[in-house]
Amino acid sequence: MTLLETRGLTMHFPLHGGFLGRNRGFVKAVDGVDLSIKAGRTLGLVGESGCGKTTLGRCIVRAYEPTSGSIMFDGVDLAPLSEKQLKPYRAQVRLIFQDPHSSLDPRKTLRDIIAEPLRVQESGSRDEIDDKVAALLRRVGLRAEYAHRYPHAFSGGERQRVVIARALATEPRLVVADEAVSALDVSVRAQILNLLRDLQEESGLTYLFVSHDLGIVEHVADDVAVMYVGKLVESASTEELYSKPLHPYTEALLSAVPDPDPASRGQRERIKLLGEIADPSKVPAGCPFHPRCGYAEARCATEVPQLREIGGRKVACHLAEQLDLKGVLTATTAP
Amino acid sequence: MQPLLEVRSLRTHFELGDGVVKAVDGVSLSVPRGRTLAVVGESGCGKSVTARSILRLVEKPARIVGGEILLHPDSDGEPLDLLAAKDKRLRQVRWADIAMVFQEPMASLSLVHTIGDQIIEAVRLHENVGKQAARERAIEMLGRVGIPDPQRRVDSYPFQFSGGMRQRAMIAMALSCRPRLLIADEPTTALDVTTQAQILDLLQDLQQEFGMAIMLITHDLGVAAQVADEVAVMYLGEVVEQGPASAVLSHPKHPYTQALVRSVPRLGARGQDRLVAVRGTVPPPYERPTGCRFHPRCDAFMAGKCDVTVPTRVRSDEIDVACLLYGEEKS
Repeated sequence: MTLLETRGLTMHFPLHGGFLGRNRGFVKAVDGVDLSIKAGRTLGLVGESGCGKTTLGRCIVRAYEPTSGSIMFDGVDLAPLSEKQLKPYRAQVRLIFQDPHSSLDPRKTLRDIIAEPLRVQESGSRDEIDDKVAALLRRVGLRAEYAHRYPHAFSGGERQRVVIARALATEPRLVVADEAVSALDVSVRAQILNLLRDLQEESGLTYLFVSHDLGIVEHVADDVAVMYVGKLVESASTEELYSKPLHPYTEALLSAVPDPDPASRGQRERIKLLGEIADPSKVPAGCPFHPRCGYAEARCATEVPQLREIGGRKVACHLAEQLDLKGVLTATTAP
Repeated sequence: MQPLLEVRSLRTHFELGDGVVKAVDGVSLSVPRGRTLAVVGESGCGKSVTARSILRLVEKPARIVGGEILLHPDSDGEPLDLLAAKDKRLRQVRWADIAMVFQEPMASLSLVHTIGDQIIEAVRLHENVGKQAARERAIEMLGRVGIPDPQRRVDSYPFQFSGGMRQRAMIAMALSCRPRLLIADEPTTALDVTTQAQILDLLQDLQQEFGMAIMLITHDLGVAAQVADEVAVMYLGEVVEQGPASAVLSHPKHPYTQALVRSVPRLGARGQDRLVAVRGTVPPPYERPTGCRFHPRCDAFMAGKCDVTVPTRVRSDEIDVACLLYGEEKS
């Protein structure tokens, strides 16, 4: 069952400047994105910084009101809803932020932090809320007695557990995790990734896992969508995408990931991307990736490739059928 | 052959109102000539403070309280102890012998001077060259690090560069006096993977061309595995293990390194269901555990030994490791 489906989701930010702050064009942060997530699964959303992945996540939790397009959540379009109409969905779709140091109010106890979404939803008496907070703390691997402490007393990993407990307080169905483990050290990161997986198995959570780290996405996601300058360029199951990418950008991203196994050094061919990601207010004509693409042909500079289906996967590249792109090896095993 | 740089029992402490944080507490490591040493560890392990201590770039409340940092000459001769050197001598060493690039180039570039002027100033401070010659050197270096149109970009200000370009400009500046050692502190952490790959390739190309040694500070085991010849692993202000990259990252000796390596998802190795996390968390900075500092989180903990005896470094295969599981113990 599909829990979330976006159609033509678009978020343009106006650029102001000059005399009387006239509009000088738009930053096309998200530009016509179609994606869908099945209930109980994890969709990884990857791309370089500035590609629009964070904005897309924020549109889905309706922190932004999208310029156009639809966000179908369980049969209801969230995109045009007013703040009042959104209220029941605010409980069901939650966001986990990147930085656990800035997303927790230092003047509130963990109890008040975790209970806040419950208060907004006006559910339960004081005692009921206390019990619920205690249960949530235990669920994310913290002790219930911590409820009366303040965030400064906790390490980065523990704070991220608090952030997760707060997100889970309203028993959401969809959690958008935006770089949820990027600020954490490797040893702690593994603990949090394991926790997210356990929570999914226990309560059938659905995740949109936004990350720049392709190694982690491969580990957590069932399906992966790749964004480039506001557009989806490829989406497929994780296995297909990593073993055989169809878009040259995906191939380049995969080849750039440093493999922690020194034995792989020099064995993988690295695709050298020229230049840097395009400015989303001045998107190149044709395929937005063509100035950096090693396979580009004449028509790539003029014709915009549409996202189309090939063998059950989606890709936006004119040459997808002709190219034989390299994925990452799946042979070696960890020590 | 003598290593280029030897750090012996370096201790840098932060003297704060609440007590002393021993950020670097007995670090010993060596940087081989013309090769790359990666110093890896989690945040708070003291890897950046170690790097800054080498050039005595630590400011109050931090203070270097002990140790030796020996810079060996190219030919035979007495090494220079950077911790004992006079300020004037040390200023000659910075840039000319040892240069440094940081994670956030904007923090180390001047905002009100052009990139070119900053490189020219650095060159002219250390070498007796004219302004025009120094400017040509700046243009040559900017071109060498892959900045397009260097004749024009030499007169740009840092804010006109993207993140990747700034890091390239930083590297151009650092290498403008042809140092023997480049210390790079998380040079690619703020960059995207594709830009990261470009910068790492660039560093390796420049190393081949100029023959300098690189000390790369990183938290990313992937980066270390792809560029380092040697790896030193730090935990709570100490080096717990140093050896060839292939040995340390494929067959680590120290339980901490073993746990770190296991906790990183391997690309292209799907199907690992759970990552093996390191137990617990890094202890608070004022309370260092007794004995081996890793013992409260260690799977191989031996009661009555690890919590009492401080392990000394022993050689096991090609690796120097500080763990009581290996070799003779001393109390």
